[in-house]
Amino acid sequence: MLQVKKLCKTFGAVTAAENLNVNIDVNSTIGLIGSNGAGKTTFLNMITGYLSPDSGSIFFRDKNITGKPPRYITRQGVYRSFQIPQLFDSMTTEENLEISKSIAASEISIDGNQEAKVESKNQSVKEILEKFQLTEFQNQTASNLPEGTRKLLDIAMALIMGPNLLLLDEPTSGVAAEDKFKIMDMIMNVVETETTAIIFVEHDMEIIKKYTNRTLAFFNGKIIADGATKEVLSHPSVKANVLGLTSQDSKL
Amino acid sequence: MPDKTLTFTSIAALTLVISGGVLPQWAIFLVTVSLCYGTVVLGMILLARTGLVSFGHGLYYCLGAYSAGTSKLFWGISDLIFMLLTAIILTATISFALGFLLRKYRSIFFAMLSLAFSMILYGLLSKSSYLGSTDGFNVTTQTIFGYDFLDSGYARYIIFLITTFTAWLCCFLMHLYLKSNKGRLADAVKDNELRVEYLGASAAKIIHTNYVISAVLAGLGGALMAISIGHIDPEMSYWTTSGEFVFITIMAGTSSVLAPFFGSMLFTTVRSFAYEYSPDTWQLLLGTTMLIIIIFLPDGLWSLFTRKKKHRSV
Ligand SMILES: Nc1ncnc2c1ncn2[C@@H]1O[C@H](COP(=O)(O)OP(=O)(O)OP(=O)(O)O)[C@@H](O)[C@H]1O
Ligand SMILES: [Mg+2]
Repeated sequence: MLQVKKLCKTFGAVTAAENLNVNIDVNSTIGLIGSNGAGKTTFLNMITGYLSPDSGSIFFRDKNITGKPPRYITRQGVYRSFQIPQLFDSMTTEENLEISKSIAASEISIDGNQEAKVESKNQSVKEILEKFQLTEFQNQTASNLPEGTRKLLDIAMALIMGPNLLLLDEPTSGVAAEDKFKIMDMIMNVVETETTAIIFVEHDMEIIKKYTNRTLAFFNGKIIADGATKEVLSHPSVKANVLGLTSQDSKL
Repeated sequence: MPDKTLTFTSIAALTLVISGGVLPQWAIFLVTVSLCYGTVVLGMILLARTGLVSFGHGLYYCLGAYSAGTSKLFWGISDLIFMLLTAIILTATISFALGFLLRKYRSIFFAMLSLAFSMILYGLLSKSSYLGSTDGFNVTTQTIFGYDFLDSGYARYIIFLITTFTAWLCCFLMHLYLKSNKGRLADAVKDNELRVEYLGASAAKIIHTNYVISAVLAGLGGALMAISIGHIDPEMSYWTTSGEFVFITIMAGTSSVLAPFFGSMLFTTVRSFAYEYSPDTWQLLLGTTMLIIIIFLPDGLWSLFTRKKKHRSV
C-alpha cells in the first residue's frame, strides 16, 4: 500500500536519507531501528509531508503523495504520533480526543477533492479512553498529565479515526521499562482490528522482536537491512552498526 | 437545559431595549458606544482564541463606518439596513483578500502587518479632501427598511434598538460558533498548529475564516457607530483606536462572549468620566489598570466570574 522509491534528503552536509526504497503491504507490522540520527524520524517526516524529499517519490494506495502537505496525506488515512507528544495543551484529555475526532470526521475538502475525506471507521471517544486506560485522566488538562500519559494520548489521537497506515515515532520512549509491553499491547489491541499497516520506530529490541514481523535497519541515512525481524537482527552489519552501539552504550 | 450565557445575553438585551426609552441621553450614548466597541472586541476575542492579536482592527472599524457613511454619496441611499449591509460586504471582501497574506504570519508579525494596513487606510482617508480629510464628515440616516424615520421623533430610539439587536445577535451567533466543532478549532490552532495539520485540517484556513468573521464584526461596530453618533473621521483607523480594542480584549478576557461588552462598558464609562473630571490622568489610569490586570488577572476581568467554578473542578 505504500511504495517509497529512491528517496533522498540532505540537511547541509548531513545525509538524512539516501536512496531509500521500501514497499509496505497491508497487514504488516514493521519496526524501524537505528542509532540516534540514523534518519528514522526523517523517513516518517517525509512520508507524512512534514519534509519534502530532495528527490524520489512516495505513493500511498497508488496515489502520489510526494511533497504533499501533512493535512492532505492525513486525509488519505495516514496518521502518526510524535517522538515529542503534540497535544492541545489547554484542553482536557477528553477534549483532545473529541477535537481530533471532529477534525478528522469533518468534510473539509482538500484542494476541492471531496473523496480525500477519511472514511470513518469510528471509534468513540469513550472507547478509546477505555482502551488506553485514560478514563481516569479524562478531565485533566493535557499540560498537567504525566509524561507517559501524554505519550499515550498522543498515540490515541492518531488512532481515533482508525488509520489505514499508522506511523509511531518511539511510542515507548520515556516510559518505564516494565510499562513498555503494556503500552504496546494497548496499541496493538486497537490497531489490529482497526488498521491495516503499522510502522514504528523503536530502540528496544525486545519490543521489536515481540511485535514486528519485519524490520528496517537505518544507518547514516541508508537502509542497511530490510527483511524478517529475526534475520535483520542477526545481520552482521546491523549487529555492528545498530546493536553494536547499544551494547557499547550499556558498557558505559 | 437552556444555555446560561444565551439566557443572560437575551435578558441584558431586553433590559436595554426597555430602559432605552427612559435612560438619560448621556447614558444612552455610553451604552451605544459600548455596544459598538463590544461588537468589535467580540471579533478580537475570536482572533485571540485563535492565538492572534491584531493591532490594526481599526482598519475594519473605519471601513465599516465609511462604507455606511458614504452610502448616500455612492449609492444615493441612506437606509440604515442598507448601510449595515454595505459595511458587511465591504469588510468581508477586503478581509478575505488581505487574509491570504495575513494567514501566513503569526504573533508580532501578524499584529504589525495588520497595523500597517490600518495606517495605510488612515493615510488615504486623511488625504481625501473629497471625504473631508482628517475632519471626516457627518452621517445622516434617513430611512429604515425604506420607512422614513428621521423626523419621526423616534429615530434615536430606533437606532438604539437596532444597535442593541445587532450586538445581541452577534453575541448569540459567536457563542454558538465558539461551541461548534468549527469554532473549537480556534483553540486547537492556538494550542498546536502542527497537530491540527496532522489531523487533516488547515490551520491557515481556520485563521483566515476567523479573521474574516472578526473583520465583519469590526465593520458592523464601525457602521453602527457612524449611524449612532452621526460623525466619522479617519481617526477610527488610527493605531490608538486599534490599541483601545486590544486593551479591552486583554482587560475583559476571552473566555465569554459577554466579556467584550462588559469590558467595553467599563472602558467607555471610565474614559468619559476621566475625560470630564481629570483629563490629564486618563493615560495614567489606563496604564495602571493594564498593569494590575496583567499581573493579577492574566485571564481578564471575566475570570472573576469563572474563578470559583474552576477551583471547584480542580
Ligand atoms: N530539520 C532538520 N534540519 C537539519 N538537520 C536535521 C533536521 N532533521 C533531522 N536532521 C538531521 O538528520 C539526521 C537524521 O535525523 P533523524 O531525526 O531522522 O534521526 P533519528 O533516526 O530519528 O534519530 P533519533 O533516534 O535520535 O530520533 C540527523 O543527523 C539530524 O541531525
Ligand atoms: Mg527520531
